[in-house]
Amino acid sequence: MHYELCDFLMDIFQNAVESGAGQIELRLDQEEDCLDCCVADNGKGMAEEVIRQAMNPFYSDGQKHPGRSLGLGLPFLVQLLDSTGGEFSLDSTPGVGTTVRFRFNLANIDTPPMGDLVFTMVQMMSFPGDHEFVLHRSNSTRGVAYRVSRRELHEALGGMDDPEALGLAEAFFKSQEEIDG
Amino acid sequence: MAKLNLEALRKLREENKQALEIRDTENKTIQIIIGMGTSGIAAGAKQTLKAFTDLLRERNLTQVSLRQAGSIGLDHAEPVVEVRMPGMPDIIYGKVDPKVAEQIIEQHIIGKELLNEHVFDRPARDIVQD
Repeated sequence: MHYELCDFLMDIFQNAVESGAGQIELRLDQEEDCLDCCVADNGKGMAEEVIRQAMNPFYSDGQKHPGRSLGLGLPFLVQLLDSTGGEFSLDSTPGVGTTVRFRFNLANIDTPPMGDLVFTMVQMMSFPGDHEFVLHRSNSTRGVAYRVSRRELHEALGGMDDPEALGLAEAFFKSQEEIDG
Repeated sequence: MAKLNLEALRKLREENKQALEIRDTENKTIQIIIGMGTSGIAAGAKQTLKAFTDLLRERNLTQVSLRQAGSIGLDHAEPVVEVRMPGMPDIIYGKVDPKVAEQIIEQHIIGKELLNEHVFDRPARDIVQD
């Protein structure tokens, strides 16, 4: 089971990457006691039957690992949201893409800690692939709002697969979040 | 702290690049690949990646390639990390928390010695793509 909200985010983000999407958008809008997330991709999408299976913790399509049971990403997330007064919705059309919206209720005592959001964003930006990924982030309580494009960030850093680039990206996100350090 | 924009990032990267090319060409061939599937994330692979990022920078090994991969298929041993470098066999290490990450840098990458108790041989058979 995941320990931090960022772990759930990373998990759902990877679904979008693995859907074969060329374009992924992530919105992270935070207020006093909620974090609204929306992950939208233009990947292969899912038919209704496949969505039902994706939500079932006892099902895995066996594509990635024949004979092994995996595929717990979405069920873990839904279980958490159900038990903490969060919200969840998923829209998907085969051949068009998938949009997953969820809201973490930060006021609920059982909602896990946020985790290291800055480094999670660095991780998402550096995740391998040739997709474009645009992050829209806002935090109303801190007056933070910005947008980052993976393509622009990679271009500025000349790639993102070495510790120095990851470190600079981390400094960049920290400054956007107005975190000192 | 003033907000960094992409232009400032580009400048910082350029400055560092010039300094690096003089000092650090041989590390370019070292690759560290971190399994980041659901089980990896749940086992703390994010902290492992962050530890590698921070520790390699502390030691000026900034040319090492650090990449994330999906599940390597050794879920019982997560976080799982593969290390490839010249003069050493390709090794998969299991149960790599930040402390073990530091040992890998010290012992495997710098010292060219295996960490025997963390070696997990090779990826699961259904993951290997020849």
